[in-house]
Amino acid sequence: MSKFKKKTNVKQDIPTSSMPDVVFMLLFFFMVTTEMRKTSVDVKQQIPKATQLRKLMRKTLVANLYIGEPNKVQQYGKEAKIQADDTFIDTKDIVRWVNEQRSKLEEVERDQLTVALKVDQDAKRGLISDVELELRKANARKLLYSTLEPKLEN
Amino acid sequence: MARTTPEIPNASMADIAFLLLTFFLVTTTIPNNKGLSIALPPPPEATPPEDVKIQERNMFKIQINSSDALLIEGEPREDISTLKDEIKVFVLNNGKDPNSSDNPEKAIVSFKTDRGTSHKRFIELLDIIQGAYYDIYAEQAGVSNAKFREAASDLSIPANREIYERGRAGIPLNISIADPTKVGN
Repeated sequence: MSKFKKKTNVKQDIPTSSMPDVVFMLLFFFMVTTEMRKTSVDVKQQIPKATQLRKLMRKTLVANLYIGEPNKVQQYGKEAKIQADDTFIDTKDIVRWVNEQRSKLEEVERDQLTVALKVDQDAKRGLISDVELELRKANARKLLYSTLEPKLEN
Repeated sequence: MARTTPEIPNASMADIAFLLLTFFLVTTTIPNNKGLSIALPPPPEATPPEDVKIQERNMFKIQINSSDALLIEGEPREDISTLKDEIKVFVLNNGKDPNSSDNPEKAIVSFKTDRGTSHKRFIELLDIIQGAYYDIYAEQAGVSNAKFREAASDLSIPANREIYERGRAGIPLNISIADPTKVGN
C-alpha cells in the first residue's frame, strides 16, 4: 500500500515552457514558405495528373491563365471560361494580355515569358487550342500545362 | 528599498503565436509550378504554308475523337499501357523496319485531337509521348528519367546543360500537336 501512496507525490505536469519556442519555429517556417494568393480563382480547377513533369525555376517569368467551368454557374453559365488575373477574358484579348505581362518584365527577359495554363480536366480541347493559337500570334510560345504529380502509385 | 524586477507577462505568448500560426496555415498555398512543358509553333502568318512531304513511315499517328476514343496508326485502341514502348521503338528504329521511321531526326509523333476531346485525355496521352522521349534522352545521357527532367528544367547550371545536350543529341523532340478537328465542341 505504501507504494501507491508514494506515487501520488509525483508531479504529473507536462512541461509547457518550451511550447512558445516550438510554435514560433512552426510559425517562422510557414511565414517563410508561404505565398499569398494574388488572385482568387473563379473557375473550376481540377488539375489533371501526369508523370513527366518539368519544373519552372523562375517564378517571375510565369504568367498564369486559368481555364474551366465558372464556379458561379448561374451568373456566367456552364461554358468554360478563361481567367487572367482577376477577370474573365475572351480569346481575342489574349494578345493584349500577353503584352501586358511582358511589359512587367525586364527588357532582357521579355522573350522568356512562360505561360502556364491551369486547365480543368473536363475542359475541352477546342477552347484550349483557340488560346494556343492566340498565344502563337502573341509570340508567347513557351507553354506549360500545369499538372499534378500522381500520389505514390508508380 | 524594495527592488521589483520588471517582467513582461509571457503566459499569453503561446496563444498569440498560435493565432499567427493558424493564420499562416490557412492562407498558405503551396505553389504548383510543375507541368508538361511544350513549345508552340511560330505564328501562322509567319510561316507560309508549304507542302512538306513527310513519308508515311516517318509518322506515328495518334488521334483522339470527341468521345475520348483513340486511334493509333489507324487502329482503334483501348489499352495504352504499351504505347510508350511502341513510340520508343518507332523513334529509335533507324531504318531497320521498313514500315517504321528512317531515323530519329525524321521521326515525328503526330498527335491530333478533336475540339470535344477532354483536357484530361489530352494530358494523359501527351504525358505518354513526352515520357517516351524523356526515356530515350535519359538513356542516351546515362541518367535516370527524373534526373534528366530535373536537369532540363534548369539549364543555367553548366552540368545540367551538359546532361541535357548529351541526351538530346541527334534526337529532336518531334511532337506535332495538330489543330483539332471540329466534330464535337
